[in-house]
Amino acid sequence: MHELSDVYSYLRWKKRFPAVWCPGCGIGSIMGAIIRAIIDLEIPKDDIAFISGIGCTGRMPVYLDFNTMHTTHGRALPFATGIKMHRPEMKVIVVSGDGDSLAIGGNHFIHAARRNIDITMILVNNSIYGMTGGQVAPTTPIGKVTHTMPYGNYEPPFNPVELAVSAGGSFAARGTVFSILQTTGYIKKAIKHPGFALVEIISQCPVQYGRMNNLGSARDMLLMQKKNSVPIKKAKEMSEEDLDGKIITGIFKEEIKTEYSSAYRNFAKEIRDGTGREDSP
Amino acid sequence: MTLNRKSPRGNPLLFIQGNEACVYGAIHAGCNFFAGYPITPSTEITEGMSVNLPGIGGTFMQMEDEIASIAAIIGASAAGAVSMTATSGPGFSLMQENIGYAYMVQLPIVIINVQRGGPSTGLPTMLSQADTMQARWGTHGDYTAIVLTASSVQEAYNVTIRAFQIADRFSTPVIVLLDELIGHMREKVELTMINNKNPVRRKLPEVPPEWYFPYKNTLDMVSHPAPFGEGFRYNITGLIHDKAGFPSSVEHEVINRMEFLRNKIMQHCQEIWDYREFYTEDAKYLIIAYGSAARAARGAIETLRNMRIKGGLIELKTVWPFPYLPISKIAEKAKSKIIFVAENNMGQLVHPVNEIFSNSVKVFNINRFDGHAIDPYEIVDMVKENIYA
Ligand SMILES: Cc1ncc(C[n+]2csc(CCOP(=O)(O)OP(=O)(O)O)c2C)c(N)n1
Ligand code: SF4
Repeated sequence: MHELSDVYSYLRWKKRFPAVWCPGCGIGSIMGAIIRAIIDLEIPKDDIAFISGIGCTGRMPVYLDFNTMHTTHGRALPFATGIKMHRPEMKVIVVSGDGDSLAIGGNHFIHAARRNIDITMILVNNSIYGMTGGQVAPTTPIGKVTHTMPYGNYEPPFNPVELAVSAGGSFAARGTVFSILQTTGYIKKAIKHPGFALVEIISQCPVQYGRMNNLGSARDMLLMQKKNSVPIKKAKEMSEEDLDGKIITGIFKEEIKTEYSSAYRNFAKEIRDGTGREDSP
Repeated sequence: MTLNRKSPRGNPLLFIQGNEACVYGAIHAGCNFFAGYPITPSTEITEGMSVNLPGIGGTFMQMEDEIASIAAIIGASAAGAVSMTATSGPGFSLMQENIGYAYMVQLPIVIINVQRGGPSTGLPTMLSQADTMQARWGTHGDYTAIVLTASSVQEAYNVTIRAFQIADRFSTPVIVLLDELIGHMREKVELTMINNKNPVRRKLPEVPPEWYFPYKNTLDMVSHPAPFGEGFRYNITGLIHDKAGFPSSVEHEVINRMEFLRNKIMQHCQEIWDYREFYTEDAKYLIIAYGSAARAARGAIETLRNMRIKGGLIELKTVWPFPYLPISKIAEKAKSKIIFVAENNMGQLVHPVNEIFSNSVKVFNINRFDGHAIDPYEIVDMVKENIYA
C-alpha cells in the first residue's frame, strides 16, 4: 500500500486542484495508478517526461510533478519521440484518449509501435470522445449511441492491443479501472519494459458514454467492468460468441527486441568511430 | 562538389545547391536534431541531414508525415535540442497547427520551406513564392511570425545559420522561405562558419528550480523554457497559460500572454529586419522583392539605369515581421514616385506594401505564377509602361 502523503507529493496539488474531470470519471483513478507505479519503481521525478495529447485524458500532465507537456490532439507520440531521441536516458510516458491515439493519432500510434521506441503508452479507453461532449470514437462498440451516432454506431471498433502488437510493439496489456491494482502492475511492467509498451485501460465515462447508453452511475459502470472482465488465460478456452462484449484483461505480449533509440545511438556511434558499413557516409 | 579551393580567409569554397547550403548552415549553426518527410523541392535538405547528423552525435529521423516531423522537433526542443525540419507547400500546410504550438509554448525550432507552385500538389518541381502569406498567417489564432529568406546559395547558407540564432534568441519558431530556384541552383559558397566557436546551445535558467518560472516576463521580454531533464520540472501546454505554464483563462493573464508573445518579436524588429538596397538613394521607381524575384529585379535595375531611368531595389531578407519602417524611410528619402512589387505569385507581398503607402504613392504588382522565374525584361517593361503612362 502507498501512503497518501507519498502520492500527494507527486501532485501539483496546491496549485491545480480540484481537477477538471467529472465526478465518477475513471481518469483520476488511472492517474493514481500511474503515480503508485512510479513510486514503486523509484524513478526520480526529474527523469520522467510525461506527455499527453488533447482530451479529458490529455489534461492529466498538468496535475503531475514531472516534466510535463500537453501537446496537440493526436500528436503526443511524435512529440514524445523527439524527447526520447534527444534524451534517451529519460523515462517517457504518454497518456492518451482513445480518439487521440487511434483516430487523429492512429498513424503515429502504429509507427511508434513499429519502431519499438522506448515509450510507455497509457491508452485510456472510455469508448467515447469525452472532452468534446460524447461523439463516436474508433473504440465505440457497434450499436452504442453517441452524439454523432444517434441511431447507434455502425462502425466496427479497433482492438488497440492487437493493433499495437501487429504493428511491432513489444509489450501490450489491458486492464480496467475496476481492477486498478492489477492495472497498476501492468503499468509498472510497461514502464520497466525497454520498448514500445502499451497499457490499454478500460475506463468509465459516466457523463457522456454512460448517460447516452443508460449504463447507470459510475459505480454501475465499474461493476460492469468487473462482470465483463475475462482474464486472457480463461479467454483462450472460450468461444468467440461467448467473448462478445467481454473485456479480455492481462498481458498479451512481452518480448525483448531491438529498441529504436538505443539502436540509433549504436548506429550513430559506429559512424562516428568509422566502424560503420563501408558505404556509410 | 568541392572546388578544392579556399577563400582568402581560409574557408572552404564549394559549388553546391541552395538546399545543400542549408544543410551546411544548419550543421555549422549547431543543429543536432532533424525530423522530416521527403518532399520536392526540399528533399536534398532532408537527405543531407541524414548523412551529416549521425556522425556528429545528432539525431536524424524520417517521420511518418510532416505533422509528426514538426511534433518531433518541438519535442526534441523541449528536451534541449537545437532542432529543425524542411518541407514544401503540402507539408508546410500540414505543419501549421504545431507551428502555432511552438509559438505558444515558446520553444525554438527552424522550419525551411522551399516553395513550390500551389495550391494543392501544384507545381512540385517549379518555382513559386506563393506561401508568402501562409508563412505569416498559416497557423490559426493571432500570431506573430518570423520569416527569413535568401536570394543566392551563399545567402541560403547564411540565412539558415541566422534562423537558428534568431529562433534561440527569441525562443520561437523561425521559418526560412526559399523558392525552388534558390533551393536547386548551384553557386559558389564560402563556408564562413565551419569553425563556429559559438554554436547555438540552449540556455539553462540562472535561478534554482524552486524559484523557476518558465514563462515569467523578463527584462528583455523573452522567456527561455528550460530543457526537460535538468531539474526544472514545469508544465508546457498549448492552452493560454500563466508564468508557471499552468492553463489560465483569467482575463489579465490572457492579455498578458498574447501581448508578451507579440511584443517579444515586435519590440525587437530592428534586430530581426534585414534587407539590401540597390540604387535606392535616388530611386524614383522603387522595386520591392525577395528571393529569385529579387535576382531578376537586380538585372532589371541595371538595364533601367542604362536607360537613365532611376530604378532602385529593396531586397528583403526578412519577410516577416514586414520591414515597414525601413521601406517607408527609404522611399521617403528617395522621393519615390511609384513602387513596384515583384513576386512569383498572384499578389501577396503587395498587401503589406499597400498598407504602408495606402494612397500616398502608387503601387504596382509584377506577378508571374506559371512556375518560371520572373524575367528581368518583364520588370523593365512593366516599369517603362507605368512611368510613361
Ligand atoms: C486538430 C483537432 N481536432 C479536434 C479537436 C477537438 N477535440 C478535442 S478533444 C477531442 C476528442 C477527445 O476524445 P478522446 O481522445 O477519446 O479523449 P477523452 O476526452 O475521451 O479522454 C477532440 C475531437 C482538437 N482539439 N484538435
Ligand atoms: S466527460 Fe467523461 S471522460 Fe471526460 S471527465 Fe467527464 S466523465 Fe471523464
